[in-house]
Amino acid sequence: MPDQLLFGMEVALNGLMAGVMYALVALGFVLIFKASGIFNYAQGVMALFAAMTLVGIQNGQVPFAHLINATFGTDIHHFGWEVPALLAILLTVVVMIAFAWMVNRFVFQHLVNQEPIILFMATIGLAFFLEGVADLMWGSEIKTLDVGLPQGINEYIDSATFEAFGYGFFIDNLDIVATIIAALLVAGLVAFSQYTKQGRALRAVADDHQAALSVGISLNFIWVLVWSIAGFVALVAGIMWGAKSGVQFSLSLIALKALPVLMLGGFTSIPGAIVGGLIIGVGEKLFEFLIGAPYLGGATENWFAYVLALVFLVFRPQGLFGEKIIERV
Amino acid sequence: MLYREAGDFKTSYAKDNQTFPIKFDRWGYWVILIAAAFVVPFVVNDYWASALLVPFLIYAIAALGLNILTGYCGQVSLGTGGFMAVGAYASYKLMTAFPWMDMFTVTILSGFVTAAVGLLFGLPSLRIKGFYLAVATLAAQFFLVWLFNKVPWFYNYSASGQINAPEREVFGILVTGPNTQPWAEYTFCLIFVVALAWVARNLTRGTVGRKWMAIRDMDIAAEIIGVNPLRAKLSAFGVSSFFIGIAGALFFTVYLGAVEVGEAFGIQKSFLVLFMVIIGGLGSIFGSFAGAAFLVLLPVVLKVLGVDLLGWPTDIVAHLNLVIVGALIVFFLVVEPHGLAQLWRLTKEKLRLWPFPH
Repeated sequence: MPDQLLFGMEVALNGLMAGVMYALVALGFVLIFKASGIFNYAQGVMALFAAMTLVGIQNGQVPFAHLINATFGTDIHHFGWEVPALLAILLTVVVMIAFAWMVNRFVFQHLVNQEPIILFMATIGLAFFLEGVADLMWGSEIKTLDVGLPQGINEYIDSATFEAFGYGFFIDNLDIVATIIAALLVAGLVAFSQYTKQGRALRAVADDHQAALSVGISLNFIWVLVWSIAGFVALVAGIMWGAKSGVQFSLSLIALKALPVLMLGGFTSIPGAIVGGLIIGVGEKLFEFLIGAPYLGGATENWFAYVLALVFLVFRPQGLFGEKIIERV
Repeated sequence: MLYREAGDFKTSYAKDNQTFPIKFDRWGYWVILIAAAFVVPFVVNDYWASALLVPFLIYAIAALGLNILTGYCGQVSLGTGGFMAVGAYASYKLMTAFPWMDMFTVTILSGFVTAAVGLLFGLPSLRIKGFYLAVATLAAQFFLVWLFNKVPWFYNYSASGQINAPEREVFGILVTGPNTQPWAEYTFCLIFVVALAWVARNLTRGTVGRKWMAIRDMDIAAEIIGVNPLRAKLSAFGVSSFFIGIAGALFFTVYLGAVEVGEAFGIQKSFLVLFMVIIGGLGSIFGSFAGAAFLVLLPVVLKVLGVDLLGWPTDIVAHLNLVIVGALIVFFLVVEPHGLAQLWRLTKEKLRLWPFPH
């Protein structure tokens, strides 16, 4: 096989893996949107916050140390202990649940029945708030996250493809792990919403708030639950992205990458988020490889996803798997 | 006592429909305008001009532009930074290509160029709405910034990729470049602000503005009663981009002087202007000014309080700024979705009745 084609295949494969990462973030969006009609811009910052909290707990960092030192003239930084990865993850989940409760209590309880666009802007405000809090709490420097995930080139695929085609494919172990975890997560979420009582209540709320209320489902509880699950998904995404490229501010920008994924897949569909993620992941890598780098001067990955989503939307405004939008006066 | 409409008689429809129906307001408006035009330029110094006044005036124009699109026509846009970049690069290309052109013409032409680009990116708004459109405008944001970064023609093949504003004069007075007097920068921006605010006010209370508001409130109903959604939405995109383009041009030529596109016109700028509109008040001219003033003032006040008085490190203050802005956005949306403008309106209502409760 010609080198160019093999190389293209490798690019496409890596794009698929990147797409899984996008889909992970997009999943969090879909969950909240389905259950509450809130388009949660803060999902990316939640991933950043979760990853920072995880690193902070792992290293035994004192929260708000910088602020405390500046205010009281003290000099504290670390508790002096290390928390094992699993326990740290559990503690982070607890923090994310507390966050979910507070978001519901202080923000969205007061915004029931507002227009969707107002809710969207509220989540932008929330994103700024959370980003500031995260930086104040754990410091804004770049951190490395290590929870014991395998990293580096997968030797097996490399040697197998080398024997078959005479060209070794470079696939990161981390991406393979991410794919497996994403698959497990989706399976878990689907099982949860199909087979548990809370899951059914969640779907009922998603269908019709009023009707769900009148059969005795607590809207508050469901919303806290949904935000907690979204927080958990954010944590998973944060761990994956953090392990891949370090925990830093740019992590919060993956939310912006997840938006076109959603538009393509449709806001209300979990399979849509996954398929959209894969399409965007492969599309932008291939576009960069075939057209962007040779003809347009590179860095087309910044906008390709948006333009693709935009062009696509003009022909199918509800996305691939979205519900048809019906409007009446 | 002062703020009364009793005895303030109107004898024609035109008078009844004027922008400031109450005499006290009218006088206040003229006093502020005269003070801004004839007092401030003589007392303004470099710090006040560059830290507060000039950015306030420029952001007020951008906020007016976004308010026309989002507040009046209901089309959420996150592409403001990109459109400001178009204005900036258009003015740069015009200034270097036609060195004899005066700055008023350059700035207004940059506005028209941006309007054309805005119309182009506004086209999808006919098919898609709401969040979907917000994401579509993000496409404009990222694509435009990328374009200005990658195509050397836009920055005249300079080695650094930056654009620098050359020195240009208006009536023999320097308004761009490093040697500009602060009062000249201020006055130049003020002229645009007053003119554009006047245009915006009169557009939004006329036929065009009512069509925009009909589309915002319920687009299908508006279509049924005879508003052409194509023309209403596209005109909103065009006018809004015109304003934002002028703001971008002034931001580059008068305020910063040298610009690197990703830094000056990134996505953060889009959010900043959107926040000005939300905090100030969606669908209000006064709100655009109030929001711009608030968000220009806030970091300065925080810096004075935190760094100078309490002696905190600057990064903590910067993070606190984020926290406060975020909390304020949420606070305003929860307590008063119509922003500072509505608070001001309520205060006026109370004043009119004072000292009686009803």
